[in-house]
Amino acid sequence: MTQPVANCPNCGAKIVFRWSSSVQTVCEYCKSVLIRTDIDLKKVGQVADLPPNSSPIQIGTEGIYNRQAFVAIGRIIYEYDLGTWNEWHLVLNNGSAWLSDAQDEYVVTFAAPGRKLPGECRVGQHYTWDDNSYAVTTITKAHYRGVEGELPFQYWDKQDVVFVDLMSEKGQFATLDYSDDSPVLYLGESVDFDQLSLKNLRTFEGWS
Amino acid sequence: MSASGPNPPGAPQVKSLNCPGCGAAITLRSFNQAVTVVCDHCHSILDAQDPRLAILQKFKAATNDYPPLIPLGTRGTIRGTPYEVIGFQRRTIHVDGLPYSWGEYVLFNPYKGFRYLTEYNGHWNDTSILRSLPIVNDDVSPPTVSYLGETYRHFQTAKAGTSFVLGEFPWQVRVGESADVSDYVSPPRVISSERTGKEIAWSMGEYISGADIWKSFGLKGTPPERIGVYENQPSPLSADTKTIWAMFACFAAILVVLLAAFSILASSEQVFSSDYRFDPNAKGEASFVTDVFELKGHTSDLELTTTSNIDNSWIYLNCALINQDTGRAFDFGRELSYYYGHDEDGLWTEGKQDDTVTIPSVPPGNYYLRVEPESDGRGGIINYTITAKRDVPQASFFGIALLVLLVPAGLITWRSISFEHLRWAESDYAPMTSDDDDDSDDSEKPTTLGTI
Repeated sequence: MTQPVANCPNCGAKIVFRWSSSVQTVCEYCKSVLIRTDIDLKKVGQVADLPPNSSPIQIGTEGIYNRQAFVAIGRIIYEYDLGTWNEWHLVLNNGSAWLSDAQDEYVVTFAAPGRKLPGECRVGQHYTWDDNSYAVTTITKAHYRGVEGELPFQYWDKQDVVFVDLMSEKGQFATLDYSDDSPVLYLGESVDFDQLSLKNLRTFEGWS
Repeated sequence: MSASGPNPPGAPQVKSLNCPGCGAAITLRSFNQAVTVVCDHCHSILDAQDPRLAILQKFKAATNDYPPLIPLGTRGTIRGTPYEVIGFQRRTIHVDGLPYSWGEYVLFNPYKGFRYLTEYNGHWNDTSILRSLPIVNDDVSPPTVSYLGETYRHFQTAKAGTSFVLGEFPWQVRVGESADVSDYVSPPRVISSERTGKEIAWSMGEYISGADIWKSFGLKGTPPERIGVYENQPSPLSADTKTIWAMFACFAAILVVLLAAFSILASSEQVFSSDYRFDPNAKGEASFVTDVFELKGHTSDLELTTTSNIDNSWIYLNCALINQDTGRAFDFGRELSYYYGHDEDGLWTEGKQDDTVTIPSVPPGNYYLRVEPESDGRGGIINYTITAKRDVPQASFFGIALLVLLVPAGLITWRSISFEHLRWAESDYAPMTSDDDDDSDDSEKPTTLGTI
């Protein structure tokens, strides 16, 4: 795969894009948040070091979902009152997906535009998308805590956001993301760690 | 990690910090995944996500009161994955004012996350969080939940309070806090819902033996002995019950086939028949011998049938089947009696006018019968007929065989039902708790009587 190469407008370091559709990336050296324009890269901000986080996944982790190979190329770390979780940005052959890792519970979701979405909801309410009935299980107030690598949209320095998690009776999972003016729906499912056949994982001292 | 990156973060390490309450060493084994950690020295519950480990709560407990049976830091393998015990809590429910406590162990693997072991009275469960919603059916009693096509019956709902904590937890744990816990069972599995506020967390436990845990965690000594029957303990007999009834069905089918085959193959040939007249009031010797008849073929049974015209009287026939060639005799006596009449309940009868007896294993040869009739003479002259049939199939043998087969099947079924009775006696659906109290009173009485 030929990857577009550019230089960080802030520090001059080489910036490599793994995915041609990435909109944003973070310079690994100076932590500048860089937005891709038609001509070059534009620095829009700077991020602090990532908080201590123990997701076994890292930028470059590869795996297989539904017989499609993927690679993790970016992530957003959210913080809520019980700690942090990761949304890993995955690139597959035909697009991108999200692998959420909350305390080693893994969920793969895809953006599902074009569905009718509620303005607000309560725990226990039911919604039906694509003929599957989902019940609201948790509503989480979180805030952006860090960003790394390539993302399909501009996302950094956001404040409080609300996430609504829903589950179906068949193991499907849905998230309503209320970070923007209009909510965004992601549909997917819980996955078993082993099911993803992950490679290039982090190592943990004392665990092989 | 891409090799080009600057300062790639090293492998996460187990952290050692100090308790802000007492200064004792705190080990964080879950690499920042835990939400709370408990100082085992001063019993401060600390915010594990806070680099300064802010104190969230302090509780009083004599740690030694409830030592975890598996020490924190112990590693073992569950379903092929290594896990480390990183937390322990003791939870308590109250039923009829009495506390019942169990232990919950938090297990951690940095890739697979959290898993739990629970222990009550030597009964263990391997528990994980459910990844899809069970379907609750409240319209039946007991209510059920279905999950992945399996139905679980409601067993018990109780308010479970945390009474003691140690180590790390992936949630905000506090001593004294409680949740409404409902258990639904389908042995060897149990589905539990924990309701705190509006949110419900679902988990599934699977019964495992203490011996398996002791083995996989390399623990010394022996696991605590099991007391009673636990809610999702698999019945050691339920599989046996199915097997034994399947075996019973097989054997019964074989018996039916054999019976049919014998009925077809058996010749059931009449070899002798003769009519006799007996006058009890006549003087002289009543005994006589019959004509000789031949029994052919192989050793087989001989069925002798006597029919008579007795009418409110009886006749006793003292008989012997004698082999003319060898002199070997088969002695037997048959009594026929037949009475009838009227009383306040209407017509009654007693006895029969005929009788059948089977002499087993009679070798082939020439035979005759010696017959000595007796009666009291009040019924007058008695006419009777003796008929002999060779090689008659015996359905009764098959019946006996069937009964013998039924004994173990029935016994195991009965024991299995008793096991289920013990299980449900501990549930919210126990038959009449107040009667149980009466029973315990009753059970003392025989002891008192016994000492008298």
